[in-house]
Amino acid sequence: MEHKLIFKDYNEALLQNKLLGLKCRACGTITVPPKIACRHCTGSELEVVELKGSGKIRTFTTVNVASEGREDEVPYTIVMVELDEGPWLMGNLEGIDPQKASMELIGKYVAMGNKSYGGDKYSAGESARPVFQPVV
Amino acid sequence: MKKVAVVGVAQTKFSGPQEKTGVELFAEAATEAIEVSSLKPQDIKALFVGNALADFEEGQGMIQAYAAENIGCLYAPANRYEGACASASMAVRDAFMWVASGYYDIVLAGGVERAATMGTGLATRTFAMFSDARYEYPSGVTFPAVFAMLTYLYADTYKIPLQKLREQMARVSIQSYQHGSTNPKAQFYGKNADMTVEKVLGSFVVCTPLTLHDCCPFSDGAAAVVLASEEAAKKLTGKPVYITGTGQASCGTLSNQSDYLPRIRAREISSRQAYDMAGLKPSDIDICELHDCFSIASLIATESLGFFDFGTSGEAWERGEADIGGKIAINPSGGLKSKGHPIGATGAGQVYEVVRQLRGEVEPERQVPGAKTGMTDTLGGDGGTLVNLILERGW
Repeated sequence: MEHKLIFKDYNEALLQNKLLGLKCRACGTITVPPKIACRHCTGSELEVVELKGSGKIRTFTTVNVASEGREDEVPYTIVMVELDEGPWLMGNLEGIDPQKASMELIGKYVAMGNKSYGGDKYSAGESARPVFQPVV
Repeated sequence: MKKVAVVGVAQTKFSGPQEKTGVELFAEAATEAIEVSSLKPQDIKALFVGNALADFEEGQGMIQAYAAENIGCLYAPANRYEGACASASMAVRDAFMWVASGYYDIVLAGGVERAATMGTGLATRTFAMFSDARYEYPSGVTFPAVFAMLTYLYADTYKIPLQKLREQMARVSIQSYQHGSTNPKAQFYGKNADMTVEKVLGSFVVCTPLTLHDCCPFSDGAAAVVLASEEAAKKLTGKPVYITGTGQASCGTLSNQSDYLPRIRAREISSRQAYDMAGLKPSDIDICELHDCFSIASLIATESLGFFDFGTSGEAWERGEADIGGKIAINPSGGLKSKGHPIGATGAGQVYEVVRQLRGEVEPERQVPGAKTGMTDTLGGDGGTLVNLILERGW
């Protein structure tokens, strides 16, 4: 069985601010990031769809201790966003002061852009990441 | 399936950076476990070794083969198990399967790690390898960040004011420090018994809202257990502890667990398997060594294991219901928080504690009186690997 969407193509699209997902023809669930099987019903009849990239913050944290090689990034805020189409997606939150991030963020509506993580010696190259901004 | 007993257990002190190599640490625990089981290395038919990161800690891959040779188990088959922080529990569970099947009668299982030796930067990087490398690590997710996000989600889901939740979480750390302070094998033995809610809340913020005292330490250490068939065990010990239930489950990317978070669905499936196999229910368990990598992780774990209702475990800690003498004794060893968390060894360390508790062999300050049934709970990654074991007195 072949993947309908692999990391390389998902990543290249994300770098263009396009969020790709997979819609299951059997149950309608959206799977993102891509997998070979539907995350809900494990069906394999999936089609590539473009998602809006917007949704509500469900949780977050501001990180003060980074991994080796990423010390310059702290403090930064990570969020998990419930996308309009249903699935949750992890990314960063910008457009706020990370040191002032509080539970008031939960439920806030955000829209997606992206930034590239350049990678390190373990990561087999770069990866784009969603970067969300509050929608005013 | 044959009945399988734990015959003997051993553990090195869990600690900060060690001068002993990973092979040496494992060998010390393994040889002691073999010796207290009245066995010789030649009696061990196979080894099952949990180890997550020796490649990064010492540049040592395939550590299980060197460990087997070091202790004199020459040419015995040796397997390495990597399930992040649940590695050793996977090893014990598979060792159990091989003996239960009748293929082997006596085997050694355990684990080793030198996470502290790596230092905070590399340890944080390598632990983050247990998150989804392509789709979630780019956001800078770390292990504390995962549980920090679960903390806010827990507060929001169960409508508990954050300050109240943080105080309840501090109670978890305080209880763990108190028990670990009387456990000579614990990383924080003799330390932090005077911890207060104010000190926990006021310490350095690692990832909001988690402070240093909400987080387990990086640790070096090893633990090992000898498993034997019922027939073999009866000849070796008058106090066999039977493994009567096991469960294991996996799941993937954290964001894809959204239907259940802050619950960890893999834990609910794994523990159900273990309960069903043992024919027991949560109220039958006297003592549980569970995966308190962060204070919030204890609250989440006790609820999915069925000890307390969802959203209420913080109150249970406040009332002492999760302590010795309460409804269930959680982590009388001090847990990962105070005993330490050498990730590849942690599950075997939990079995070590439960077996000694059931045998009435631990220090009196933290002995659970009359404990007959114990459980372990080990979580790898951000819920990616869950293993549960149920152990019962066999005499």
